[in-house]
Amino acid sequence: MDAIILQILNGLDKGSAYALIALGLTLIFGTLGVVNFAHGALFMIGAFCAVTLQRILTLSYQVIDETKTDFLGNPLKVDVPYVQAWFGEAAGAAIIDWAVPLAILFAIPIMIGVGFIMERGLIKHFYKRPHADQILVTFGLAIVLQEVIKYFYGANPIPTPAPDAFAGSFDFGALLGFAENTIIYPYWRLVYFVFSLVIIGAVFAFLQFTTFGMVVRAGMADRETVGLLGINIDKRFTIMFGIAAAVAGLAGVMYTPINSPNYHMGMDFLVLSFVVVVVGGMGSLPGAVLAGFLLGILESFASMKEVIDLIPGINQIIIYLVAIIILLTRPRGLMGRKGVMEE
Amino acid sequence: MSKTTLTRRGVLKTGTLAGGALAMPTIFTGASWAGSHTGFTNAPGDSEVTLGFNVPQSGPYADEGADELRAYELAVEHLNGGGDGGMIPTFSSKTLDGTGILGREVKYVTGDTQTKSDAARASARSMIEKDGAIMITGGSSSGVAVAVQALCQEAGVIFMAGLTHSNDTTGKDKKANGFRHFFNSYMSGAALAPILGDNYGTDRKAYHLTADYNWGYTTEEAVRNSTEAIGWETVAAVKTPLTQTDFSSYIAPVLQSGADVLVLNHYGGNMVNSLTNAVQFGLREKEVNGKNFEIVVPLYSRLMARGAGENVKGIFGSTNWHWSLQDEGSKAFVKSFGTKYGFPPSQAAHTVYCQTLLYADAVNRAGSFNPCAVVEALEGFEFDGLGNGPTLYRAEDHQCFKDVLVVKGKENPTSEFDLLEIVEVTPVAQVTYDASIFGGELGACNPGA
Repeated sequence: MDAIILQILNGLDKGSAYALIALGLTLIFGTLGVVNFAHGALFMIGAFCAVTLQRILTLSYQVIDETKTDFLGNPLKVDVPYVQAWFGEAAGAAIIDWAVPLAILFAIPIMIGVGFIMERGLIKHFYKRPHADQILVTFGLAIVLQEVIKYFYGANPIPTPAPDAFAGSFDFGALLGFAENTIIYPYWRLVYFVFSLVIIGAVFAFLQFTTFGMVVRAGMADRETVGLLGINIDKRFTIMFGIAAAVAGLAGVMYTPINSPNYHMGMDFLVLSFVVVVVGGMGSLPGAVLAGFLLGILESFASMKEVIDLIPGINQIIIYLVAIIILLTRPRGLMGRKGVMEE
Repeated sequence: MSKTTLTRRGVLKTGTLAGGALAMPTIFTGASWAGSHTGFTNAPGDSEVTLGFNVPQSGPYADEGADELRAYELAVEHLNGGGDGGMIPTFSSKTLDGTGILGREVKYVTGDTQTKSDAARASARSMIEKDGAIMITGGSSSGVAVAVQALCQEAGVIFMAGLTHSNDTTGKDKKANGFRHFFNSYMSGAALAPILGDNYGTDRKAYHLTADYNWGYTTEEAVRNSTEAIGWETVAAVKTPLTQTDFSSYIAPVLQSGADVLVLNHYGGNMVNSLTNAVQFGLREKEVNGKNFEIVVPLYSRLMARGAGENVKGIFGSTNWHWSLQDEGSKAFVKSFGTKYGFPPSQAAHTVYCQTLLYADAVNRAGSFNPCAVVEALEGFEFDGLGNGPTLYRAEDHQCFKDVLVVKGKENPTSEFDLLEIVEVTPVAQVTYDASIFGGELGACNPGA
């Protein structure tokens, strides 16, 4: 029982990332009809927003420490961050420590801007082209973006730790009456899970309870009729692209303490996120979220030693296996709508 | 339409010529190589010789590849008489005098392995066939090293391996034309186990997470064998996909298994992520079986340690070389590299620099670029002054035998490069093994052409 609870918990944070990326993918597909293979790159750019803010906050001047030497035997140059010089050592260190949460504020305008430029500058020219063209151009864009990031940040992962307040793990086992250390879960992953629920809730509330959201939903259902009512639906869909980019970016920002970001992290999530979208049902926002968590948890279960011993290699194919089964039994996915991607 | 007529005389003549041609490689032996600069692949002209540096310039190991390339460029500069000479003055063999190799100026071409075997073979082939490279060197992966080594064997050029740690490179996949300066998984296990026993005791239960590919298997096997030999019990060994980025579902069950040590047989991004995840789960703060929970990373790299950040503090591992070594060779190399590039060299940079010098010296000693002459010069070659103490290029498997460093993540680093501290220099005798234990056959050297 404890092992089952443990794997469900483990699946939640991975599922959170899948759900957030798939949510953005579905928003873009549902509004613009574009299959955006560059969406993983937006997740990666979000993560590098956190890296960038961390670097800005740790911008330093050098002081010479005569008591120590560097690797060449010269007096050691010690980096002193400007924020520590300006705000004092303790306050400066605290600001640097909270770089990742602060990066949320930093990333939102950047990601909306990136999304806007991406949509207006490139993707809008492919609205009326076949999906194959859209996939090719957005996949190419993803490769360009990751190479740009690699050029500026290098190929190695860059450590971007969570604030010290969230270091360590919570002992769920003790809380539920199990033995000590049987069900442990890192605090930051809990934060990530809660954060993703908040974002998902905010997106749904925005679409459900605002006039803007109502128009967007109407446009998703019948774009032409909304256009005939004199509403500039294209403008609203462009804004939705920016919002989808921001959702992916925020998912990336908050993911950085879980895994040190590298230029390739977007591609690592992209294919699985597409599987999530298809399993959830093309164009279905609740389906994307549901499938994200479901597949995250299944992937976690498939990584158990007992399962791998029983079916070697299952951890590498489980998601695709489940996707095949679901699509065979429910061709539109878990919550897919009739008519979407069926023509 | 032509008509072919077979005659007894014709068959005899053809057979004699063919037999002579086939016997050719065995005719040249020992000193008969000297002065012979024809009859092998890419024999250089009188003024220049071209070396092929095949490193990952893109892909996940691009930073290591960039550091290797810096070291290669430095080695070429030193071979051609530029700079401060680096380790040439400290090298025990004194054939290198700044006039290139056998009096020919050293030129080089580069290829991008992308850390993919097929791409690495394609770039090596291009350097051999189009650029006339007489020797191929480099790589940051055992899969790539084994693939390129086999290609070089077929093509008749020397392969001086870069960063490759799998036992197989000089074990079951060894080739006569291939040589490895870097240490291997067996040596890591043999060096680490006594230190782990001294620090963590001999009554430990280990849980292995192993990257699901060739290097992971040999490293797990080496560490398991050596730790079980000191009394540790292996409670589980789980293979993890090479493409895995989040290891939480593999790490979470570790504490439930009753293990009190986690061994991460991972390298590169896998190592960074699995170690980061393990530390996030608070494993190092836990107490199991009345002992502190410990993590071990068998193969360390400074570039990877940077990726893992503070998570490496206090964690044991092994490394081929470290810039903080205080022998004359290491100091000369660090000074030379650090002055030119502004930061200390990585172990990848060190091993490829050594390989370039060792190749050049072997050619000079052999008096020929003929690969078989070079093989003969390197086999059983004993040298010193290149940063690892007295070293032997063992003839039986073309593996270098030298001291191995056991290192630990530094508690109070003074810079972004000062991440590891040397715990022990394990003497070569402790990491030496019988050449036959990993199987494989060197075969005959191939001069090509």
